[in-house]
Amino acid sequence: MQELWEGLVQAVKLVVSLDPEVIEISVRSLYVSAAAILIAAAICIPVGGLINFHDFRGKRVLINVIQTFYSLPTVVVGLFVFLFISRAGPLGGMNLLFTPGAIIVGQVILIMPILTGMTISALSGVDRSIRDTALGAGASQSQAIWTIIREARFAVVGAVILGFGRAISEVGAAMMLGGNIRGYTRVLTTAISLYTQEGELVLSLALGIILIGIATVISVVVNILLQRY
Amino acid sequence: MAFLKLVNLEQRAGDKFLLRNINLEIEKGELFVIIGPTGSGKTTLLRLIDLLDHPYSGDIYIDGLNITSVKGDRIDLRRKMAIVFQKPVVFNGTVFENIAYPLKMRGIRSREIAPRVKSLLDTIGLSGYGKRKARTLSGGEAQRVALARAVIADPELLLLDEPTANLDPHSVKLIEELVIKFNKSRGVTVVMATHDMHQGQRLAGRAGVLMQGELVQVGSPASIFQSPDSARVAGFVGMQNVYRGRIVANESGLARVQIDGSVIDVVSELEVGKAVDVFVRPEDIVLSLSGSISSARNNLKGVITAIHITGPLSMVIVDCGIVLEVLVTIKSVEEMGLRMGLNIFCSFKAAAVKVLPVK
Repeated sequence: MQELWEGLVQAVKLVVSLDPEVIEISVRSLYVSAAAILIAAAICIPVGGLINFHDFRGKRVLINVIQTFYSLPTVVVGLFVFLFISRAGPLGGMNLLFTPGAIIVGQVILIMPILTGMTISALSGVDRSIRDTALGAGASQSQAIWTIIREARFAVVGAVILGFGRAISEVGAAMMLGGNIRGYTRVLTTAISLYTQEGELVLSLALGIILIGIATVISVVVNILLQRY
Repeated sequence: MAFLKLVNLEQRAGDKFLLRNINLEIEKGELFVIIGPTGSGKTTLLRLIDLLDHPYSGDIYIDGLNITSVKGDRIDLRRKMAIVFQKPVVFNGTVFENIAYPLKMRGIRSREIAPRVKSLLDTIGLSGYGKRKARTLSGGEAQRVALARAVIADPELLLLDEPTANLDPHSVKLIEELVIKFNKSRGVTVVMATHDMHQGQRLAGRAGVLMQGELVQVGSPASIFQSPDSARVAGFVGMQNVYRGRIVANESGLARVQIDGSVIDVVSELEVGKAVDVFVRPEDIVLSLSGSISSARNNLKGVITAIHITGPLSMVIVDCGIVLEVLVTIKSVEEMGLRMGLNIFCSFKAAAVKVLPVK
């Protein structure tokens, strides 16, 4: 117990004193996962809109498949992307393996189902009368869809936060695709995993605190923004 | 040329007809009310006109243009119209944003939007509400916002789908005044659906009765109310005493109609043997204890089976072989000592009976 407490105190000191290595790893983690969520959102919110606003055969099945992939294991995504971008893989020529870009690709694939599926349920939760009212008020089809996304903004932003949380907290894809290279692809989760194995518990704790802190701050800020607008 | 013209309009849901054989012409600047009971197809019709749905068959013309044949998003056409639904719909935003919405969608600059919204807020009696969250408004306030949102972009055609159906009497009055005001001051053509016959009478220049997907009668509200041209319209506009019978005699326009065991005198040119529907308005029947006090040709003896009090008036149900509903004042009920089981005479003139041949 004593050890844990001292570890926590030192960890807080590391965070407060802006330890260069801690900061460097945190910034990379943020950058990689932010890039992943932006790319995924740019793809998944419109795709979710398309699926929600169009009726086609197999729509129900497609949504079920998407929902099944919510719990896609991160190591499976890691393996899958690894096979594509390793030297022998079809995209081996891009030299992507063991770069931050590889982690981003893995995380995008990991969070796409959640983001798409939750966008669909957010939009389908908006009453049909909103769409009718928008069209009746002279909105174009795309303006009406945008209006509906705005109506569902709490739920859509919730989906984005959840996706970001899953991206920044996953370790499987980051480890397998990034390789945990110090100063290049080491992110918070892979660092915690490594330092814990090496017995550097204080450093691990400090990084863990930051990880939780990032999640908390983002969630709070987004909620404040949403309440204001 | 009529501003809005519906030709053989038909809508189906699967095999079921929602609307059939709708033919109607509405002139520019008219305030036309579609009256019909719940489920008669009023909403379906307004949604077709507003291009929210596609008709099964038939055509809709606006200013001579067949809008059902135009392909694509038809945004220019939709922007000539605006609609207010029965349930007040407001977007999750401020009152200002809600009213400004149609102008924003048309790419009008904020500088021009603000004064127009403000002026409308004054008109609808919600000055100073601009920054309120629209979702926090009462039903009546939200519906006024919806109405303001509908008229702000100066539509040529305003479609109102039972906008007062769920509102308190005060809000109903406000909305009705606003509708009349927008119709008069902006010259906007209004097509309003309602299930409330009296609202139709208060607002409409002309009205159409929609029943089970068919437009069964079109005319002034007074003419529909006074002389419904079918039994179902009669029932809908409050003619309680509707009977089916057969003409058994006719002497130069004074005919006798047999209804079950009873016979009543009516004014009709229809020949003997013809099946007819007859209606008598409850307020056209006079009750008396002794009978034969009036010059009325019909004096039916019966017994009171029920008395329903509604405000200053009472509806007295009398079984005379046929069951008649008679409207009398509370005062008469007291003075005549009307009560259940009392024997009484029901008198009404032959001319008070409306007779229609059964189609």
